[in-house]
Parts: sequence; C-alpha cells; structure tokens
Amino acid sequence: MNLALLIDFGSTFTKVVVIDLRREEVAATAKAPTTVAEGVNVGLKEALAMLQPKLGKSCDFKLRLACSSAAGGLKMVAVGLVKDLTAEAARRAALGAGARVLDVFSYELTARDRLRIQELGPDIILLAGGTDGGNKEVILYNARQLARLELDVPVVVAGNRAAADEVYRILTGAGKEAVCTENVMPEVGQLNVESARKAIRQVFLERIVAAKGLTSVEELVDGVLMPTPAAVLEAGKLLATGVKGEVGIGELAIVDVGGATTDVHSVAKGLPSGSGVTVRGLPEPFAKRTVEGDLGVRYNAPSVLEAAGVAKLTKLAGVGEEEVRAKISMLAENPAYLPLNPQDARLDRALAGAAAELAMVRHAGKYEVVYSPMGSLTIQRGKDLTGVKTVIGTGGVVVNSDNPAAILKGVMYSAERPYSLCPKEPQLLVDAEYILAAVGLLAEREPLVALHVLKKSLRLIGDREGNVSAGD
Amino acid sequence: MEKKTLVLGVIGSDVHAIGNKILEVALREAGFNVVNLGVLVSQKEFVEAAVETGASAILVSSLYGHGEIDCRGLREKLVEVGLGDILLYVGGYLVVGKQDWELVEARFKEMGFDRVYPPKTLPEEAIADLRHDLGLTGE
Repeated sequence: MNLALLIDFGSTFTKVVVIDLRREEVAATAKAPTTVAEGVNVGLKEALAMLQPKLGKSCDFKLRLACSSAAGGLKMVAVGLVKDLTAEAARRAALGAGARVLDVFSYELTARDRLRIQELGPDIILLAGGTDGGNKEVILYNARQLARLELDVPVVVAGNRAAADEVYRILTGAGKEAVCTENVMPEVGQLNVESARKAIRQVFLERIVAAKGLTSVEELVDGVLMPTPAAVLEAGKLLATGVKGEVGIGELAIVDVGGATTDVHSVAKGLPSGSGVTVRGLPEPFAKRTVEGDLGVRYNAPSVLEAAGVAKLTKLAGVGEEEVRAKISMLAENPAYLPLNPQDARLDRALAGAAAELAMVRHAGKYEVVYSPMGSLTIQRGKDLTGVKTVIGTGGVVVNSDNPAAILKGVMYSAERPYSLCPKEPQLLVDAEYILAAVGLLAEREPLVALHVLKKSLRLIGDREGNVSAGD
Repeated sequence: MEKKTLVLGVIGSDVHAIGNKILEVALREAGFNVVNLGVLVSQKEFVEAAVETGASAILVSSLYGHGEIDCRGLREKLVEVGLGDILLYVGGYLVVGKQDWELVEARFKEMGFDRVYPPKTLPEEAIADLRHDLGLTGE
C-alpha cells in the first residue's frame, strides 16, 4: 500500500488526509473533534475510524506525519532592541515559523515585562538585539532578565553574534535551555529569518511536542513535525517554486479565513513593479506570513464588523444594520454554527470577504508619496504584490462556500485604495479538498508527489481578467 | 583594534545618491565599518541604525539645500536614546544660495553637530577629522 496519512491537530478539529502516493491524489479525508484533555490520541483514533469505510481496506500507511495548532498552537514571545528593527525582525521570524506571537518587547526588559512574559507563558522565547558587531549591552541585559524568569522556557538566541556566547552562558548558567542561531538582522536593512525559523522548529520538535501532550501519539504517528501554519507556508513555497522534476506555478498568495483569525501567506519577492520607486523599511521575507488575530467569521465576527464598518457589511450581506449586528453577535457565541439558508451563506461570504480583504491589505506593501523640492517621490514599504498571479483561498468558510470567488475578489487591487499593493489580476483558486497543511507536511518526505497532488486538487474559480462566477 | 562603525545617509526628501556612494567607498577604504542607509533617510532611521549597530559616529549628508529643517531635533533624539555623546557630522549643500559660511556653521553647531562641512569638501578631510575625534590617530 502506498498511502500517506497526514494529520492536522487543529484547535477545534483533528483532520486526517490520506494521500495515495502512487496515484498522486487524495484517497480520503475525515475529521473529529480534537481531544486535548483526554490526550489527542482519542480524537485521532475517532478520525481514523471514520477513514476505514472510505478506504475500504485496512489502513497500512507508508508515512504518518502530523502538524499541530492544538493547545493554543506554538506560542512565542519576541524580544529585540529597536522596535522597528531587531524586534520586528524577530517577530517576523516567529511568524514565519508558524507561531502565535503573544507579544513583542523592545529595549531593556523591565521587571514588569518579566512578569508579563511569565503571565503569557510562551512555549519559546526568541531573543534578538544588536546587529552583528553592534550593540551588545541590551541583549546581554535581556539575557540576564530572562535568566531570572520562573519559567522553564527554551530561548532561541538570534541576535548580535558577538554577544552570543555570553548570552548562552548567562541563560544556561541559570538552568535555562538556550539555542544559538544566526542573527535575524545581521546588518541594518538585512533580514535573515531562515536560521531562526529552523531553530524554532527544532525546539518545537524536541520539546514543545512533548510539553503539549502530543508524544502520546507516537504509536500512531511517525512524527509531529511542525506547527500547522508552518505546514501551510511550506505548501505555498512548494507550489510557487516547484521542486526538481516539476516547475512551480510562480509567485502566489494564500488567504486562510478561520473562525477566529485570518492568515495571509505570500510567496513572492515583492520588488517594485513601477520605475522610480524607492523601497524603504526592513526587507520582508520571500515566504511571508501574517496573522490577523482580530479577523474571523465566528468568534471574531464582531471585530470584522468593527474593522470593515457597518455600511460595507450591510451592503455585502444584503440586510439591514440591526439584523446584521444581531446575527454577528449570535455567530460570535456559536463557533460551530453552519449556514442554514441563503441569507446565512451570504452573511458568511460577506464576513469572509471583508476579513480576507482587510487581512490582505494589512499584509501587502504600500506606496507613500513624498513631496520634495525635486518633485514627488514614491516610497514603497513592504512587498509589492500587484504582480502576483495566483491567490488561493482556504479555511472552512471559503472551502465550503458555494461562491468562494465572491469572497476572494476582495483581496485584489482596487482603485479605491490605490496605495495598497494587492494582487492586480490574479487567478483565483480554492483549496477545495482542504489539504494545504497536509501537502505541506508531505512535502517534507515526498515533495514531487506533494506538488502533483496539490496541483491536481486546487480548483480554479476565477481567471486572470477577474471574471468570476456571478453573485454579490 | 576593532573597526569603528559609522552610520551614513542622505537626510530628508533628498535623493542625491552618487556622492553618498563615493563617501561610502572612501570611508570603507579608510578602515571604517560603514552602515550606509542611502537616500531619503529620516531622523528616526539614523537614530535607530546607530542604536542597533553600536555606531561611534553619524555622518549626515544633505544636498538639496533644505538640510537645516531636516536636521533640526536630531541631536535631541540621540540624547533620548542614550547616544547623546555620539559624534555627529553634517555636510553637502546645506543652504540654498550663497550665505556666510561662518553663520551657517554656527547654526548647525548650535543644533548639536560636532563638525559642519561646506560644499566641495573631500572625503579625506572628514576621514582625518574622524580619526582625530575618535582617538584613532597614531595607530
């Protein structure tokens, strides 16, 4: 049997995807509620039991891999020096590793900061500060502060390499686990998140998986490899850049609309598309992930309403203000609510579309026009995504929608917000079988198969000219 | 002895880039570690780069004649971030039209600049001053 079992221990559901490695397609999928309290094995066994009838034969898997966002996901705190420089670089590295960034600290940690870190209870702390050969004092000071934490939390040290040895000594001397890696900002204007990302993943494998009670799955799984958002990002990278033997489809963006959060992943260089544009600010990663913790279609539906505005939502939803508010309050209390009628479906589309648009606008770069004695100048901050030709929608509300194009078209460039560098004329795809995370996992071991499966599975819903299916 | 780090850039809405590149090369060849922020550099970017890199000096260029407005408040910001003693040089075409150089120099020194250079100053002069001010002469 040439089957791969790919598991996603989500915060609400444990999803399983079986991929036939020989036929390079999805053989079956199932899901059951995640059971953190009793041990995730229980939920996993239930999901596996549901696969049996679908597969029609005994489940003998060649590969069994898992990712997880259960038990709050991978929670991290980032510490750097200057807020817009090394603290920001550290934050990006943590996001790229698939973590939930609970807070970011700049300059010297105060006693209050220490207390706050203790209260937040992160799984990993990322400590940065100073370019290589630059400021040492602050990272050393912060290492001493972290050494005093009454928490057994590993620290990934990704700051001034001239201070690394002593930082390591300070932390390990206090009984803390520390891992040293390359500086997230080795020089001003240079971002280096890859090394920190790998180190975070290694710590996740060695320590966090055990801490979250996921080692109990060892009998059923070969390994819990990464946090779920990292798996989605891996799938994005694979699809965009391809692998030996198969080309990728080029630069792309993934919009993942959830009940509580919306993630955007862009795999693109983001270089200026126009001439005469000056790029400023800290460079962004080629594979970039942002998380909007306030945008979701259930738990955070009220925040979407607030962020997008009542006028927009009532227009999209086709109902009056009072009804929209009432329905949204109801959705916030009912995370498992599924649309019962066309009005419900339309409201879901409205919420998802608004969330997707806001998330993309926050993720994408921006133009700023500056007036100087030499005329007007255009400054670009962030990535120029106007040339990105593919946008993929995922997340339950998108995958299950009867009109996903209506949701996704909001992420495109618009003359109403011309300074926001969103994709101009992308083709729209939907992750119809909800397998992005699974494919990202499979890419670890069978990248060529994973790429073929994903290419086959994604469903085109709108073409480059922006022709989408009719609807609101 | 460890190389000293300098932060270099053209301040404000100014995009004159060539002189900036020439200065960068000259300073590197003189043995400094140069952090060149390029053009269109805000005060905030100068200050933050100096903090992160542990710089010993900041060299501000201004070529379009409006440097005075762009430079006002820079020393105060440096004081705020704990770099009140960092060396601060400025040069280029600091004013529009012909003005009495001594008056211009006095104005910039009053703003907190340690050295102020008139147009056509060659890099060598600033390099010699840096070496002196940083106590590097005689090495």
